[in-house]
Amino acid sequence: MQVIINGEPHQVTGPLSLAQAVALLTSSQSGLAAAVNGDVVRRAAWNSTTLSDGDEVEVLTAVQGG
Amino acid sequence: MDDPLQIAGETFSSRLIMGTGGAPSLDVLDRALLASGTELTTVAMRRVAPSSAGSVFDLLTERGIRVLPNTAGCFTAAEAVRVARLAREALGTSWVKLEVIADERTLLPDPVELLTAAEQLVTDNFVVLPYTSDDPVLARRLEQIGCAAVMPLGSPIGSGLGIRNQHNIELIVESASVPVILDAGIGTASDAAIAMELGCAAVLLATSVTRARSPELMAESMRLAVTAGRLAFLAGRVPRRRYALASSPPAGR
Repeated sequence: MQVIINGEPHQVTGPLSLAQAVALLTSSQSGLAAAVNGDVVRRAAWNSTTLSDGDEVEVLTAVQGG
Repeated sequence: MDDPLQIAGETFSSRLIMGTGGAPSLDVLDRALLASGTELTTVAMRRVAPSSAGSVFDLLTERGIRVLPNTAGCFTAAEAVRVARLAREALGTSWVKLEVIADERTLLPDPVELLTAAEQLVTDNFVVLPYTSDDPVLARRLEQIGCAAVMPLGSPIGSGLGIRNQHNIELIVESASVPVILDAGIGTASDAAIAMELGCAAVLLATSVTRARSPELMAESMRLAVTAGRLAFLAGRVPRRRYALASSPPAGR
């Protein structure tokens, strides 16, 4: 299946949790938030959230700004 | 003197709120933040980059500076609400500097989207600090729906044009019962002092420090300017007069 993570398509075989999708981007553990198809997913639910084909995942962090 | 800033029940001894955008490096930013004496500092929320070297969030945490995420770059209420929720999840704070801009050229706030987003976020228990235009009516509406402060611009973000409509800022200060924070447009120390002399509770600035030739030095000047302006406001300036008033006694010449 294919999931879009921060705008980039990723081909994956087998089930992928949101926690695993985040880990594809960064090893950082703090200061992160994730949304699937626009809905924010609480961190406590990252492991239990299984992605489906075509899901769009956004992973955000704080950067310099404002 | 003990004269703390209070926002939503939280107390700050510094009345200078810093932004972190525009600093050439985290190290330069760090020194500027220390020199500014700030206790509350904004960050933006962006997609995680693969090679993020050092994090501004970690820096603020290490320095004990409270983080204030913004919704910079959002053009609609829906986008801003989504970014605020992501920021709350990522940074563990329900405080948000709400920014909903109308266009890239001016970065002026879109008042309709701003009000809509503010209402939703207040309902969702956020502490909302909206970046707004210098319109006293919009500021009043934002306060009425439950914003914890109002943050009118002095002039467009990053323009360094200072406070273009001091009269409007005075009108906002006069009728507000939440803190009025002058946000955007500060070019140099005197602009920050004027904001405080007009009765603003605090000043939020970034560019004037982070893009100065010496950010650290400018940060210190802003710290002093905000303090000086605040003291002048509390002291009460003398009325402006059309003609001279001798300061030496007229008798005994």
